[in-house]
Amino acid sequence: MIQVNQVSLEYDTPNGKVLAVDGATFSAADAEFVCLVGPSGCGKTTLLNMIAGFFPPSAGEIRLAGRPVNGQGLDRGIVFQDFAQLFPWRTALGNVAFGLEMKGVPRAERERIALEQLRLVKLEKFAGAYPHHLSGGMQQRVAIARALAYNPGVLLMDEPFAALDAMTRDEMQRLLAEVWRETRKTVVYVTHNVAEAVYLADRVIVMTPHPGRIRAEVRVQLPRPRDPLSVEFLEHQKALLRHLSHKEEEK
Amino acid sequence: MRALVSIVIALVCYEVIARSGWFAQALVPTLPAVASTLWAMLIDGSMAGHAINTLYRVFAGLTLAAGFGLVLGFLMARYRPVENFFLPLVSALMPIPSLAWAPVFILWFGLGNTATILIVFYAASFPMVINTWSGARAVNPLWLRAAGSMGARAGAMFWKVVVPGASPFIITGLRLAFQRAWIAVVGAEMLAASAFGLGWVIFDAKEFLNADIMLASLAVIGAIGFVFERLVFGSLERATVLRWGMVRTANA
Repeated sequence: MIQVNQVSLEYDTPNGKVLAVDGATFSAADAEFVCLVGPSGCGKTTLLNMIAGFFPPSAGEIRLAGRPVNGQGLDRGIVFQDFAQLFPWRTALGNVAFGLEMKGVPRAERERIALEQLRLVKLEKFAGAYPHHLSGGMQQRVAIARALAYNPGVLLMDEPFAALDAMTRDEMQRLLAEVWRETRKTVVYVTHNVAEAVYLADRVIVMTPHPGRIRAEVRVQLPRPRDPLSVEFLEHQKALLRHLSHKEEEK
Repeated sequence: MRALVSIVIALVCYEVIARSGWFAQALVPTLPAVASTLWAMLIDGSMAGHAINTLYRVFAGLTLAAGFGLVLGFLMARYRPVENFFLPLVSALMPIPSLAWAPVFILWFGLGNTATILIVFYAASFPMVINTWSGARAVNPLWLRAAGSMGARAGAMFWKVVVPGASPFIITGLRLAFQRAWIAVVGAEMLAASAFGLGWVIFDAKEFLNADIMLASLAVIGAIGFVFERLVFGSLERATVLRWGMVRTANA
């Protein structure tokens, strides 16, 4: 259970203070898949980074399983957009085992678990490969396995598939939906891609920029696996797009 | 193989000049003459003795410099006050040629190994400090964030993320340090070493107009430098940063 309560973040720039996130409130239930959707500059990544504990909010509070978030922790796994997040000096297996190594799990045990995680993302054949020998999509799959390996309750994902080509992205979304169904993690997933949000999420939180605010929440109750070409799917997409484009009228 | 072609062509050019009669044979000996001197010195073990002395001085100085440079470089990258204090010192001391210190060190420590090793240490320290410092600052912040979220504390963060993350810079630093050390040791031996060493042989041979000995020693200096550069540092790079894709080989 993640609770984000009236969270704001203000930072200084040469042109004065900027309100990146303004009074955001939402929650994610256990094993729920929540997408934060919005255009660039809406504060969705900033919000995710605060949940990750990279920096504290200027106001408000974030609670994880009832306890206030105070810095980084092994209760959250994180996947970034950039392929370079993997350690190039470690094999796929070594990358996935890193969190377990930090926990002090003995070598044989952590390699067994890491291999299991790689199997989950269908990369067990590439356990011994270094990241630079893997394609972008494969590297992101290793990153997902790495974030899951030490068994955090929460998975935080920051546009993990945004830098992939469209076909690989579709494939990765299918794979992630499968991994989520098997692992039942609570997921907070940041994206600017409306179709991706509808495909993956139980609930979509729509954010608008300047200042970054939560504008709407849309529940997606379509059966899984979802068909992106179905009428219901397209209707959800339209609803989200409507919320996203309303910001101009309000001003 | 390509290296061999370059070297052979350079040697042929030298031989042509040596045999042209433009210069006295004693001053520009032909390659067979140099080779037979080299062979004689290799057979009687004197060349090996000199080379071992020189290598000892280089590696004593280089080891000290690597240790010092790594520690100071990482501290400078991690702690702002350390950086603020040492950066101006590094900037002021770096442009001074290490050989310019030779008379001072000889005055303080006398002729011999101590002064020579200190000169080598001085020459080799700066590339290590600067590269370690730059490398630690160039570590991808995403790695630090990822490691932090996986529970890495300060010790693990340093040994398992910062050190390997900075390794392309550190290996380049070691390479530069070795080159500078190798250059410095020969000069230092001419000035500060009382006996033995490849630099000392050259300096000593000058007194007797033994150009063949001088050239034979130069060949050995070049050969050892080449072997270390290509084999030792080359394979170190292939086993680490090249294998990890952190640096790439140039396209043909």
